[in-house]
Amino acid sequence: MSGIVIIGAGECGVRAAFAARANGFDGKVTLVGDESGLPYERPPLSKPDANGATLKPICTTQMLAAKDITLLDGVGALRIDRDTSCVRLSTGEDLPYLRLLLAIGASPRRLTCEGSEHAVTLRTIEDANRIYSQAVNGSRTVIIGAGLIGLELAAELVGRGNKVTILEAGPVPLGRNVPQPLAQRIVERHIAEGVDIVCNVEVARISGRAVELVGGQSIAADLVVAAIGVVPNTDLAQAAGLYIGNGIVVDEALRTNDTNIFAAGDCASVNFSGLGLQRFETWQNAQLQGEIAGRNLAGASGVFQPPVWFWSDQYDLGLQGVGQTNGTATALRTLSDDAEILFYLNNSNQLVGAAGLGVGNAVAKDIKLAHKLIEAKVAIEAAHLEDPTTNLKKLLRPVPAN
Amino acid sequence: MANWIDACSADDIDEEDVIRFDHEGRTFAIYRSPDDEYFCTDGLCTHENVHLADGLVMDHTIECPKHNGQFDYRTGEAARAPVCVNLGVYPVKVEGDRVLIEI
Ligand SMILES: Cc1cc2nc3c(=O)[nH]c(=O)nc-3n(C[C@H](O)[C@H](O)[C@H](O)COP(=O)(O)OP(=O)(O)OC[C@H]3O[C@@H](n4cnc5c(N)ncnc54)[C@H](O)[C@@H]3O)c2cc1C
Repeated sequence: MSGIVIIGAGECGVRAAFAARANGFDGKVTLVGDESGLPYERPPLSKPDANGATLKPICTTQMLAAKDITLLDGVGALRIDRDTSCVRLSTGEDLPYLRLLLAIGASPRRLTCEGSEHAVTLRTIEDANRIYSQAVNGSRTVIIGAGLIGLELAAELVGRGNKVTILEAGPVPLGRNVPQPLAQRIVERHIAEGVDIVCNVEVARISGRAVELVGGQSIAADLVVAAIGVVPNTDLAQAAGLYIGNGIVVDEALRTNDTNIFAAGDCASVNFSGLGLQRFETWQNAQLQGEIAGRNLAGASGVFQPPVWFWSDQYDLGLQGVGQTNGTATALRTLSDDAEILFYLNNSNQLVGAAGLGVGNAVAKDIKLAHKLIEAKVAIEAAHLEDPTTNLKKLLRPVPAN
Repeated sequence: MANWIDACSADDIDEEDVIRFDHEGRTFAIYRSPDDEYFCTDGLCTHENVHLADGLVMDHTIECPKHNGQFDYRTGEAARAPVCVNLGVYPVKVEGDRVLIEI
């Protein structure tokens, strides 16, 4: 008997399986994942503890059993046959589906320079174990790419006594998704901790022991890590004739051009009416889209709506952001000497984004309230956001005028 | 025998908010609800070692500052993934302007 089949047992796929059950689906639910063992969280891989990367399972065997969710771990989906509604598995079996979810994530973008095979990447627990066992005290590690994962890894590795150099092709680190005033503070901290950050450089070739730059400079390296972003996994969908556009194209209900096939998480490119295609690469997005897709697999008709939230931890600094934070911020809220939040209002004075940086979780509460303010679409005065004594909760629930 | 500990003054916590309280190597979160009642739970989220006192209290829910897991702080019940293990809760009483917890 066919039921719900979910390909990809990461954050998104697992949430979807539980959400389908929570929504009352009582047929078969099968999670197919090509990694072995229980599904686990990726964020801890770049934020390990003293013993290295800890495997943090997303759910237990008991939780899966309690909801009658079958996990086929270590099993890849090779092909989708839409005519017979079957998925061909790496075990040789054909798994029939009533509805299918592709939660197949993304893969690290590969370098294309000569010797790129010498660079490792960080996406899986095996990758993390390899990096932390090789990057020991005194190792010279070169990280290519100054994005969030490259910087988190740098913070971790200097703490372990590595000599860390970061090479960035663009003009500034974190140029893509972090407001520059906050990015600069993060970079200053890295420099103070002894990390070398070099921007505007192109890697010419990687040998066993060095990274050579265009222009001739050579940097000795015991380990080279490529952290230059991810590309959505789309091959499976493309071969099945589903629309692709920087990811598997879905509508706001996370449905592909086949009404029985959904996609969500890092692999999904959501076609918002009016806004065009948007793909998100954050843990909370994977969770949220997974929940919506899971409910829709079970017959509901939920829609996905931004904003999307993310966090990053480097040293004792906590960065959090929500919504759109491009351009110049409208308001700056200074919570303390080392905790500040930038707010972004649109022309109607509605909040569309916020990002904050502080020690520990100093900005967490206000970022959560910013998230709710974005969703509430209420008009806000910048002066209120700038005044740290204004409780943002009050803006969310304005006192009725008497 | 009941072991009531004087934790804080009732005014130390804003309405619909939470503070951290440490005692003998243990850490707790003490809440003041919108209806002006006081509650106490374990301080650390059951998902990761993150202190809930940096989180957001809305109505009777505390949202973890990190991964948006939620608990009902009156019962400790886990209310939203990724948290699935409940928090320990402790009796609270207010005497005069002092908040006492039984641990
Ligand atoms: C090191 C690291 C640190 C991160 N830190 C943060 C952070 O601090 N904050 C944040 O917001 N986000 C962070 N992220 C991003 C976050 O982890 C991802 O957005 C999230 O994992 C996406 O979930 P997903 O389920 O969509 O995809 P994935 O987690 O990629 O899961 C997809 C799964 O599908 C499997 N799969 C693919 N193809 C097939 C197939 N054909 N058959 C079977 N299985 C298949 C894959 O092997 C994988 O297990 C981090 C990511 C990494 C790698």
